[in-house]
Amino acid sequence: MVKVTVDGIVVDVPNGSSALQACEAAGKEIPRFCFHERLSVAGNCRMCLVQVVRAPKPVASCGFPVAEGMEILTDTEIVRKARRAVMEFLLINHPLDCPICDQGGECDLQDQAFGYGADHSRYQEAKRAVKDKYLGPLVKTVMTRCIQCTRCIRFATEIAGVPELGAVSRGENMEVTNYVEKALTSELSGNLIDICPVGALTSKPYAFTARPWELKRTDSIDVSDAVGTNISLQVRGSAVLRAVPRVNDAVNEEWLADKGRFSVDGLKHRRLDRPWVRVHGKLQAVSWQDAFVAIGRRLDGVPGDRIGAIAGDLCDAESMLALKDLMVALGSPNIDCRQDGADYDLSQRAYYTFGTTIAGIEDADALLVVGSIPRQEAPVLNARIRKRFLAAGRGGFPIGLIGTPTADPTYSADVLGEGPDVLAALRDGTHPFAATLKAAKKPMIIVGHGALTRPDARAILASAWALAVETGAIGAGWNGFNVLHRAASRVAGLDLGLVPGKGGRSAAGMMSGGVDVLWLLGADEFHTAQIGPKTFVIYQGHHGDAAAARADVILPGAAYAEKSGTYVNTEGRVQRSFRAVMPPGDAREDWRILRAFSEVVGHTLPYDTVEVLRERLATVNPVFRVIGGLDAVDAAALPGPSDGGAVLPAPFRPVFDDYYQTDPICRASPTMGECSRIYVHPRTVAAE
Amino acid sequence: MGTLDRTVRSFLLAELVAGMGATLRAFFKPKVTINYPYEKGPLSPRFRGEHALRRYPNGEERCIACKLCEATCPAEAITIESEPRDDGSRRTTRYDIDMTKCIYCGLCEEACPVDAIVEGPNYEFATETREELMYNKDKLLANGDRWESVLARRLELDAPYR
Repeated sequence: MVKVTVDGIVVDVPNGSSALQACEAAGKEIPRFCFHERLSVAGNCRMCLVQVVRAPKPVASCGFPVAEGMEILTDTEIVRKARRAVMEFLLINHPLDCPICDQGGECDLQDQAFGYGADHSRYQEAKRAVKDKYLGPLVKTVMTRCIQCTRCIRFATEIAGVPELGAVSRGENMEVTNYVEKALTSELSGNLIDICPVGALTSKPYAFTARPWELKRTDSIDVSDAVGTNISLQVRGSAVLRAVPRVNDAVNEEWLADKGRFSVDGLKHRRLDRPWVRVHGKLQAVSWQDAFVAIGRRLDGVPGDRIGAIAGDLCDAESMLALKDLMVALGSPNIDCRQDGADYDLSQRAYYTFGTTIAGIEDADALLVVGSIPRQEAPVLNARIRKRFLAAGRGGFPIGLIGTPTADPTYSADVLGEGPDVLAALRDGTHPFAATLKAAKKPMIIVGHGALTRPDARAILASAWALAVETGAIGAGWNGFNVLHRAASRVAGLDLGLVPGKGGRSAAGMMSGGVDVLWLLGADEFHTAQIGPKTFVIYQGHHGDAAAARADVILPGAAYAEKSGTYVNTEGRVQRSFRAVMPPGDAREDWRILRAFSEVVGHTLPYDTVEVLRERLATVNPVFRVIGGLDAVDAAALPGPSDGGAVLPAPFRPVFDDYYQTDPICRASPTMGECSRIYVHPRTVAAE
Repeated sequence: MGTLDRTVRSFLLAELVAGMGATLRAFFKPKVTINYPYEKGPLSPRFRGEHALRRYPNGEERCIACKLCEATCPAEAITIESEPRDDGSRRTTRYDIDMTKCIYCGLCEEACPVDAIVEGPNYEFATETREELMYNKDKLLANGDRWESVLARRLELDAPYR
């Protein structure tokens, strides 16, 4: 620790801290444009100038290391004058178009110009103009506004791992560019919008839509993947206009994947806003009462084991528990939250969660990924892997992949093989990567759904666990065994036991004629042709997607923005979202629908308020008692998942082909459709 | 004594005579009233009357949907919605002023960076129904077109004091 005096306040800061960090520790706010906590230091905007006693001139505090006994002054006439001069230079070429700029109202330059800007300009010469660049369907550029802080270049290179942005020319002619006119190929590109301190990079879908002061902010959780990214939904009137990340160092730092950020426009398209019942092959709009009566009539006389329910990928824990309680009341053991056919060992929570934790990735020193493409399944988590990869330096964080990578993982990784045979080779030591894993002190193994959706999922899981034990990935104080989920509802579903009971059928069994009445709670990720023609399908969900077209009764539910829900991310972290807007039309919160229906069939569920339901959640599984936290698990004491038989030789397949079209909300979103067209099917774009 | 005084005055019609005197004096003074619908009093260039949205001389609407007027309006009478126009420029798709809410403070005019929304000299816009006072963008632009010469002159006159 180093003792530094900032404006007379003595603070202790770690060795190697910058003067800016020392000032922050002393509670002094330092203006900055190029400096960002999570990026490397560039020191090119010069806005953070401070005075250091006995230094001949002001120093840029962001890149100036502290020394013992240093005295920093942040509020002297020299400092103010220097910052005013820097601001004047920055504003020379910055256009005065704040009224038409989308950053207006949340712009660092605008804010700091209030503190350090002059009331008029002395600059009489012509301002420069820069040609706008094409960065794809998500990020809009107005490059004349750019102040060359290079945050976007550093973000793309360091965090996103796509070195596609750079600067050309120098001095006044310097331009930030992507060299070739091509859309940014990152799943994190939306963060460029947040990171740009001016209005040079703004959101294309949100362009000119609203001002920050009009928006009401509601804390929520992103459901587009299983990371559980903390987001803030920004609402005007009844419309969710945008989603931006909230800082949570344990989960998403301050990043948000593009799907979570830009799919919010799907919340107002293709919505189910009233109940429908199929009469003579045609869907007819009906009242809630009539819809319930229609279901009740169909259920009359159907034995419990001929009724089934499947919960989808976007469900909150409350509605899943209500669904399960309803099924139990109806005497049905057929319930499943795994519409993709995945299989897990549910005897211990450690067997189906991300045990290392996302923040824990930064402590690991070797990584093996089995049947997963983290870049697409969890882009924010992938950024954490890349962060660890960069911090470890060359060779410090060896990464092995088993499976077929469909995209550059953004870090250098060895593809060890395509199928589960590599796991066996790693276990008996014949594969060279086995030595790397053994040599590592804290190795981690990530098992993805490319492996767990296969018939031999249990065997792969058991074999991966055994490998983890053998290589020391599971030991005292370190749990390196991880399951990477891709559905936001999955861990909560498993925690609540939404799996077939004794003699019950799994999702596939229910669909292929195993039940007469099938209740789909937002389950859409399968071919509806799989459902038997005689099966009576009740679809409860928010979007008119594939399953709703097949349904005999449609019950309009609420999307994640329209209800307060509990979600459990892939780590097993319980998080809660709040309601940002009301559901459209007659749609209602899902647990309320199930509660109301239970009364019609005479099995009233014992909760009238969400508080009582949450109390029941905590009774069913105590993990729901702690919100946001995570209990450490001693994985070394666990016996390991039960072995499920033989391993099949087939190679691992990617979980999905199209990152931008994975759930009903994305498929309804015009922005995500555009992204899919440009990034995933570029041939059709070229043909036009 | 007071009673006697009051009785005498009332019998001599003293108040009536005083009143007639006031009338007679006013009769010979110059007139201060005007014959309103046919005659109108002078207006300051700063008079804040009915709103108008102005255009540039080439016919392009001035409003750029910055929403500063909406933000500053103390009565929350202005509602704006915007999106990119086909040529990519920032424009309003909706610009409504609820004239029954408006308090004619002129802050919208002061906030406008492009002199698009102005309060003109017109104060004769009484209507028979409330609905007619919910002005939309078409109505405001039509006002601007009708009053443009006057509006431009007023801004010019007031410019030295801004």
